[in-house]
Amino acid sequence: MSNPMAAEPIAAGQPAEGSTVLTVRDLVTHFPVRGGVVKAVDGVSFTVHRGKTLCIVGESGSGKSVTARSILKIVDAPGRIVSGEILLDRPNGKAVDLAQLNPYGRDIRRIRGKEIAMIFQEPMSSLSPVHTVGDQIIEVLRLHLGMGKKQARERTIDLLRQVEIPNPHIAVDRYTFEFSGGMRQRAMIAMALACNPDVLIADEPTTALDVTTQAEILDLIKRLQEQKGMAVIFITHDMGVVAEIADEVLVMYHGKVVERADVETIFHAAKHDYTRMLIDSVKRLEHKSEVRLKREPIPENRPPVIAVENLSMHFGDLKAVDGVSLSVRPGETLGIVGESGSGKTTMGRCIVRLYEPTGGIINYRRPDGSVIDLVQAKGDDLKAMRQQVRMIFQDPFGSLNPRMTVAQIIGEPLLVNGIARGRELDDEVSRLMQQVGLEPAWRERYPHAFSGGQRQRIGVARAIALKPQVIVADEATSALDVSLRFQVLDLLMRLQDELNLAFIFISHDIGVIRYMCDRVGVMYHGRLVEMGDAEQVCNAPTHDYTKALISAVPRPDPRQRSLASRHRYIDPNS
Amino acid sequence: MTDTTIAAPAVATPAQRLAVASQAQLVWWAFRRHKLAMAGLVITVILYVIALVPGFFAINDPEAQNARTPYHPPEAISIRTPEGQWQWPHFVPERLKRDPDTLAAIYVPDPEHAIPIVLFGHGYEYKLLGLFTTDIHLIASANPREPFYLFGADRLGRCVWSRLIQGAQISMSVGLVGVALSLIIGIVLGGISGYYGGRTDFVIQRVIEFVLALPSIPIWLALAAALPQGWPATYQYMMITVILSLTGWAQLARVVRGRFLALKTDEFVAAAKLDGCSEKRIIFRHMLPSFASHIIASITLAIPAMILAETALSFLGLGLQPPTISWGVLLREAQNIRSIATAPWLFAPGIAVVLAVMALNLLGDGLRDAADPYNK
Amino acid sequence: MLKFIIKRLLWMIPSLFAVSFLAFVLIQLPPGDFVTNYIATLAASNEVVDQQAAATLRDRFGLDQPMLLQYGKWVWGIVTSGDFGISFEWQQPVSGLIWERMGLTFILMLSTLIATWAIALPIGIYSAVRKYSIGDYFFTTITFFGLAIPSFLLALVLMYVAVVVFGQDVGGLFSDQYKTAPWSWGKVLDLANHLWIPVIILAVSGTASLIRIMRANMLDEVNKPYVTTARAKGLSEFRLLMKYPVRIALNPFISTISWLLPNLVSGSIVVAIVLNLPTAGPMLLESLMAQDMYLAGAFVLLICALTLVGSLISDILLALVDPRIRLE
Repeated sequence: MSNPMAAEPIAAGQPAEGSTVLTVRDLVTHFPVRGGVVKAVDGVSFTVHRGKTLCIVGESGSGKSVTARSILKIVDAPGRIVSGEILLDRPNGKAVDLAQLNPYGRDIRRIRGKEIAMIFQEPMSSLSPVHTVGDQIIEVLRLHLGMGKKQARERTIDLLRQVEIPNPHIAVDRYTFEFSGGMRQRAMIAMALACNPDVLIADEPTTALDVTTQAEILDLIKRLQEQKGMAVIFITHDMGVVAEIADEVLVMYHGKVVERADVETIFHAAKHDYTRMLIDSVKRLEHKSEVRLKREPIPENRPPVIAVENLSMHFGDLKAVDGVSLSVRPGETLGIVGESGSGKTTMGRCIVRLYEPTGGIINYRRPDGSVIDLVQAKGDDLKAMRQQVRMIFQDPFGSLNPRMTVAQIIGEPLLVNGIARGRELDDEVSRLMQQVGLEPAWRERYPHAFSGGQRQRIGVARAIALKPQVIVADEATSALDVSLRFQVLDLLMRLQDELNLAFIFISHDIGVIRYMCDRVGVMYHGRLVEMGDAEQVCNAPTHDYTKALISAVPRPDPRQRSLASRHRYIDPNS
Repeated sequence: MTDTTIAAPAVATPAQRLAVASQAQLVWWAFRRHKLAMAGLVITVILYVIALVPGFFAINDPEAQNARTPYHPPEAISIRTPEGQWQWPHFVPERLKRDPDTLAAIYVPDPEHAIPIVLFGHGYEYKLLGLFTTDIHLIASANPREPFYLFGADRLGRCVWSRLIQGAQISMSVGLVGVALSLIIGIVLGGISGYYGGRTDFVIQRVIEFVLALPSIPIWLALAAALPQGWPATYQYMMITVILSLTGWAQLARVVRGRFLALKTDEFVAAAKLDGCSEKRIIFRHMLPSFASHIIASITLAIPAMILAETALSFLGLGLQPPTISWGVLLREAQNIRSIATAPWLFAPGIAVVLAVMALNLLGDGLRDAADPYNK
Repeated sequence: MLKFIIKRLLWMIPSLFAVSFLAFVLIQLPPGDFVTNYIATLAASNEVVDQQAAATLRDRFGLDQPMLLQYGKWVWGIVTSGDFGISFEWQQPVSGLIWERMGLTFILMLSTLIATWAIALPIGIYSAVRKYSIGDYFFTTITFFGLAIPSFLLALVLMYVAVVVFGQDVGGLFSDQYKTAPWSWGKVLDLANHLWIPVIILAVSGTASLIRIMRANMLDEVNKPYVTTARAKGLSEFRLLMKYPVRIALNPFISTISWLLPNLVSGSIVVAIVLNLPTAGPMLLESLMAQDMYLAGAFVLLICALTLVGSLISDILLALVDPRIRLE
């Protein structure tokens, strides 16, 4: 289906930079549900200008994604726009109200992909798995610009080059699953920009990416924005990203706009409590927690409770963990930070013996002072070790058996190890729940009745039930909203002090590591590239990779935009 | 990867009830919403009640032949007199006469002697549940010498309805026993395959694929033909169910294997291992409840296949043999086109099969949809 | 992908051997053998065969050799010269009897498969896209019926209707004049004229299953993110439907051949017996009853081989169609 009117892409830059391109006024989108409506978007207004970036920020359930989809009228059924205006200012001076258009009609279809384009969060599932990347881009070109096959293919290769995909003439015939996460997102961007739209809507495009890849993608979007003078609506929950890229910020909460201002005001002179709360949560993670700052440093000569020597875990040819050595002392929190594929999760699972390491030693100091090698432990030793070295999982949904009550879940380790039963068990479960801040009266409920943050607390209660010495926390806060994150972190630190626990805290989030940990190890491709005091590693790293990692983390302060000047790491082995 | 709020409950129950609802309850609530599935449940229950006490629901002795009423047409229940007045349900007996023109045998109704139908009346004697002897039936003819042929009679004057009811016992139970056998084999092999993975999984999976790729009827025919003719009815019945389950287990094994594989990667299974649970406990306490509802759904969907299989085999003459009564055996009467043309009520067992299969399919579908109340 | 195809082809060989062994074992299961059966049949008409004659017969047919040896000879004969042995009942080489029947079975299968797909695919897509509409409910009801009616029952009902309503005798695949005639265009047309009845009967249950599967697959895919992306690019609903979810829902659909085919074959045997078609079914039944070993064995072997090859083709088709498998 080609539009006979336009054979060439509209030349960018003709309308003045800074002029309004999109105006949203009092947008209301409802979802009818059993017994009422959910007001997903409840009276939202904002304007978007050419060449500028508007960030829509909010936590889950705030309605930011639905707002974006309402603009293009692709809200998932049964949602629909109830009232409001969405005015698109065209270069020829006329404006059209998108809210009035039929969602299946020709008019809105002409706008989608051509004047307003959208990119999504998960490029793996947002691109077709059975069509080549080239095919999907060519489709847009032929649809809106009426290009012939050959011309479209050439333009596609050109687009892939613009988004810095290597060997574009080969990449054009590849399938989505043959690319890495960052590359897929670049392909999606190429597809969105194929017809030089006036507005690019980006719905959490970097949330699923590593922080270094995220920096690359943010760079790319910025560069393309400057080249083409388009407006960008960037949806995210990450305040650091907002500080880095936004010109204007829209804060949403439960479908309403809580505050709307330029980025400087939002970060330094926010008016609304909710905004301030969001900024505070993030700023708090910029420093070590107060609790820890006040604490006495752990004496150097205290013997470590876990000392790992040259640990390796090979899966066939893949060296997930390649000769890692580290140690952690009682009462200490050792952070392990790395990106995807670094092997940090595998490392954690080796320590608790979920995996059987292929080599190395894990020396564990038992409460009576004796030391055993966890890698070799068997039988009773292994059983005892399982009681003392416990794990908290990442996924609050998947780590709790949906068919068991909370009492049964928390009580399981106690029951199975013959520590308590019956009345005694019940009392202990209630006590544990109180210790983690949950209401003991709820112990007969099932996990589905709790929120994500509460479920994570259940996981914590389960972990401390056996009074362990060491807890491995595998991305324990990654699935939680920012405002909930430091609540769980504070809880963990309180428990650490109460029970003299040692934590091995695995995360990809530098802020959380900085907040919580005493010492930090940085992993890259299965190796430990740097290890040291948390302050030093996070603020003044020595290894090149760590430098690249730290500098790629966006800081929540628009006055300190540093992404552009970040350190780039080039792997000498690749 | 952001936190999501609690998904709105699919059923509008007070939040508190929902919070303490166990998995079984959630499944039941989700199931109840499916009107068709509920209908399937009701019909299935009725059929199994009938299968349990067929004697009560039958009218005439299924074995009793009657030389005076071959191919007797069905007799309707009339609630009005010929004059148009309301009356207690009666039936009008028919007499065998010769058509004066064609000399063919026809049945002529005799409305003068309409006979009332008695609820919980007396009829032939039978054993209730194999224990008590009684002669009470749901409906019976007021006059014991005038049989009430609700669905007509067959070639030998036997009551089709009663034989149909009697056949329910065998046809509906063959499915159960066969499926039970399949289930055992399927769970063991599928479970081992899914839980242990690796080489065992590879081998078992190839075997499953092989069995599934084979057409069942030729194999069943061959196996059934191998059964010695002279065996007693119960032996034959057992062997038929064994034969049916020899290929039926593969489908169930595949489902079980799939579930185990999916569960293995669930983190709560890892958590259970770290809690110190033995393998046995992990499998039975943690993993099994997760797919119990899937298994139940699969079983319910496997029963109709067994019913259809037995019917087909008996129809072809290789399954159960007369005098055993099952729907398939009854349908053998319908094989002859001449007899069908004059007595289409001989199709009745076919309708019973269709009804049973449909009810079970609806039930199984509803269970399968409701099986995972957390995955909406 | 080539590796994948070669691997599957290699798997076929042991599978076929397993099937042939299975077929042979099945045939051997009944107590006694053809000779005992033969004697019994003769005895029924009051002829007596003495021990000596029986022994000679056995020897002639090779029935007194150990089973593995008999099996080996049989397989050897098939593989090297297509010799399936002798039919005791018909007193001819088996190969002369089976090929026409197997050929017709194959044609019946293929036609049914094509018909099933042609009907099920569009209805399945329609049902998913217009979920809960009147059309959807209508088709859902029909598919439930279709799944519940055994195909032989349907065949019986159709025969009844034909006799009572149309006064015609249906059954068989050829009219009298073409039954034994050599192949010609006329014969082909005659075949087509008769073929559609068993094809419709057999297609009913297969279509019902496939419609439900296609509907379920489509419903799964239609809510996935890549559909939203396509919509956001400006494609019309129809186009994006056809290009994306349908295309992807086709993949599991293709893999249904592997179980559809054995079910069809099973069903066709029973229907063929009811309608008295000159395909494999009736002759298989007869030979089983008579313990005509080599004939029955040949049929069981060929029928099972047919379905195995069918599932191989479905796997290869799937690999061709799904790039994720192709490029593994």
